[in-house]
Amino acid sequence: MKRTLDSFGRPVVAVTGMGVVTSLGVGKADNWAALTAGKSGIHRITRFPTEGLRTTIAGTVDTVKVQEPFCAPNLSHELARLAAEEAVSQSGIGAKADFPGALFMAVPPVEIEWPQREAMANAGGNGELTYVDVLKGAASGKFKPMHELFLFGTVADRIADEFGTKGSPISLSTACSSGATAIQLGVEAIRRGEAPAALCIGTDGSVHAEALIRFSLLSALSTQNEVPEAAAKPFSKNRDGFVMGEGAGALVLEDYDAAKARGARILGILSGCGEMGDGFHRTRSSPDGKPIILAIKAALEDAGLTPDRISTVNAHGTSTPENDKMEAMGCQVVFGETVPPITSNKSMVGHTLTAAGAVEAVFSLLTIEKGRIPPTINYHQPDPMIPLDIVANKARDLRVDAVLSNSFGFGGQNTCLVMTAEPAN
Amino acid sequence: MPDNDVLITGIGIVTSLGEGGEAQLAIIDGAKGKVDRETFLPYAVFAAPPLELDRHIPKKSDQRQMEPWQRIGTYAAGAALEDAGLKGDAEALQRMNLIVACGGGERDYAVDGAILTGMRDAPDKGVYLNERLMSDIRPTLFLAQLSNLLAGNISIVHGVIGGSRTFMGEEQAGVDAIRIASARIRAGQNDLFLVGGAVNAERADVILSYEMGGAIWRDPAVPVAKRNGGGFVPGTAAAFLVLESAARAKVRGARVYARLGEVQADRCRRNPGEVQAGLGRLFAAAGAAPTVLSGNAGFGLASSEESTAIAQSGAARTIMTGEHLGHSMEAQFPAGVAIAALALKAGKLKDAALVTSVGHHRGEGCVRVEAVA
Repeated sequence: MKRTLDSFGRPVVAVTGMGVVTSLGVGKADNWAALTAGKSGIHRITRFPTEGLRTTIAGTVDTVKVQEPFCAPNLSHELARLAAEEAVSQSGIGAKADFPGALFMAVPPVEIEWPQREAMANAGGNGELTYVDVLKGAASGKFKPMHELFLFGTVADRIADEFGTKGSPISLSTACSSGATAIQLGVEAIRRGEAPAALCIGTDGSVHAEALIRFSLLSALSTQNEVPEAAAKPFSKNRDGFVMGEGAGALVLEDYDAAKARGARILGILSGCGEMGDGFHRTRSSPDGKPIILAIKAALEDAGLTPDRISTVNAHGTSTPENDKMEAMGCQVVFGETVPPITSNKSMVGHTLTAAGAVEAVFSLLTIEKGRIPPTINYHQPDPMIPLDIVANKARDLRVDAVLSNSFGFGGQNTCLVMTAEPAN
Repeated sequence: MPDNDVLITGIGIVTSLGEGGEAQLAIIDGAKGKVDRETFLPYAVFAAPPLELDRHIPKKSDQRQMEPWQRIGTYAAGAALEDAGLKGDAEALQRMNLIVACGGGERDYAVDGAILTGMRDAPDKGVYLNERLMSDIRPTLFLAQLSNLLAGNISIVHGVIGGSRTFMGEEQAGVDAIRIASARIRAGQNDLFLVGGAVNAERADVILSYEMGGAIWRDPAVPVAKRNGGGFVPGTAAAFLVLESAARAKVRGARVYARLGEVQADRCRRNPGEVQAGLGRLFAAAGAAPTVLSGNAGFGLASSEESTAIAQSGAARTIMTGEHLGHSMEAQFPAGVAIAALALKAGKLKDAALVTSVGHHRGEGCVRVEAVA
């Protein structure tokens, strides 16, 4: 059989299945309809009391029910399961609970949460409580199910069981670029020929009080609570921080020839991945933007494309003053005078954190498939420092052959993906 | 030697036996690390040795931004780079890829205790929690909790910026970190990695995570084989390896500790017999070795199944690292590989050693570490 190889002589990585869940809905159809209509999923938080908080809004996924009390790994698992089910079913690969490839999963770091900590403490002591009491409670043996629940590997482990993925599943975090990293690991595995397919997922269902407060204390969140739908405004002059979101994105990646051989529909090609670390600061980018620029360039180079071949940029676009400025600058350096139209899905779904790279990869591939770029809503006060062609407020119809999707995170994480339409045969 | 063979050319390691390669070699002669039996009564933990942090984390401001798991990890990463002769080599560090296996967390124990106490009588627990967290948490604590911020600190302090990925998932994260790094070298996708993990076991919340599952063993003097699956004594450890393609190592004349075989990794649902059968397959794929450095967690059925699988592999000698250093979760496998490589290089082990990891809950892996002439 003739092998289809990319310009570097590597196997071509096809996307044959996609699934997505966000505050806009479960599944591609609902998400795409809302996204292209410029509808926001951001709303007031009802999951926990917001008295005393500076931020009281988020893009939580409230329609997906999980066991009470709320616990992030349970929701993260359920969101991932829904997205994966949609992706695997669309791809038609393997058999039920028998996915013929590896699992790469971006999951939010796990931690014991307050209701559970409280239950153990009260089981262990009744005076002034310390961790000695919490440990005593734990030693009672009454909290065994929580051991599994709060292991870092558990969400991926459950997905591996449910979908029957092969080999050792990887749970990873590269902060807000995690979803893109999961996809990158899948691309690399297929190029190595390790497996004919990979299931790549980014999931995040971790909006609880402490998670929100932590971002709030770092002044990362928007505090424009009055009109929740209007708070996330990437690239606008009056942007004041991101809005936390929840969701999951899943992709089935396959060796192109293997996908063709089984008659699968090719939804797009994962053409290139680029990453670059940043050693400047724990939460801020290098002032010269070099790591962002190098990550974008690396993705383009890996895809074998020159910048002019990119039709649109699916931005990281968090709506923080820092990110949007640095990202815009990075794009201007890479693309020069002709930066393609740029948009940020976060204006509508918020920042889905660990899931963002995967959620936005699904939206990028839908952009290619439908020839329509979702808008950046709430763009009413352009920032003169960001003189880019923002897809403002209304979706734009355009033939899209290639999308650059950016993901940047705390800890100097910069990961960029290039997705393209199926090449003409 | 094929160009894409995977070589260990730098090692940085900190365990309860001490800091550096020399200190670890004593394990081959039966030495055990320092145990702290007081701080977490009734629990014992293998404790970190005193470190001169300034050696690898020169700025006090950086040290202050980290919690202990990040400090020992960043320290060990610096030691590995120095050992490989790459510390400060901007050209190399700019293209060096980083894979870190770790958990995360770190709590402010005083704040947590006060909140737990106050919560009992609070009219609205949620509102009370908001008030206290908003006013009592240090804003920068978050940066000591985020899993990928050990990698972030290594980028900041040592300038490793070619790429950075953090794997989570307990023991198996350590196996997969080395598996992915070496697979990428073998496939020619990259030729230079810094890979490893760090765990601070001297944390009440770390003990808690495993005590919930009944996985903590309290007496380090009892051999793993005699614990009847009762669990492990936690151990603080950090281990980082510089992995390099044979071609690259040759060009720069790097000192080579050992060669890595293909890392084998899998998982099963842990039904009786599955671990033993699975390990049999992994050991066969990895290739036999006269000595096994086993990361046996001493927990559940998997503990005795691993021992049986090792016995069936024909190994002449098994060293249970957990008996010497405690069980160091994500750092356990990188530490085992580091110790095997050090012992082979020093001639304390001959030919090859098989390093194993069987997660206390999930995941199995191994690698054959091979002496080089």
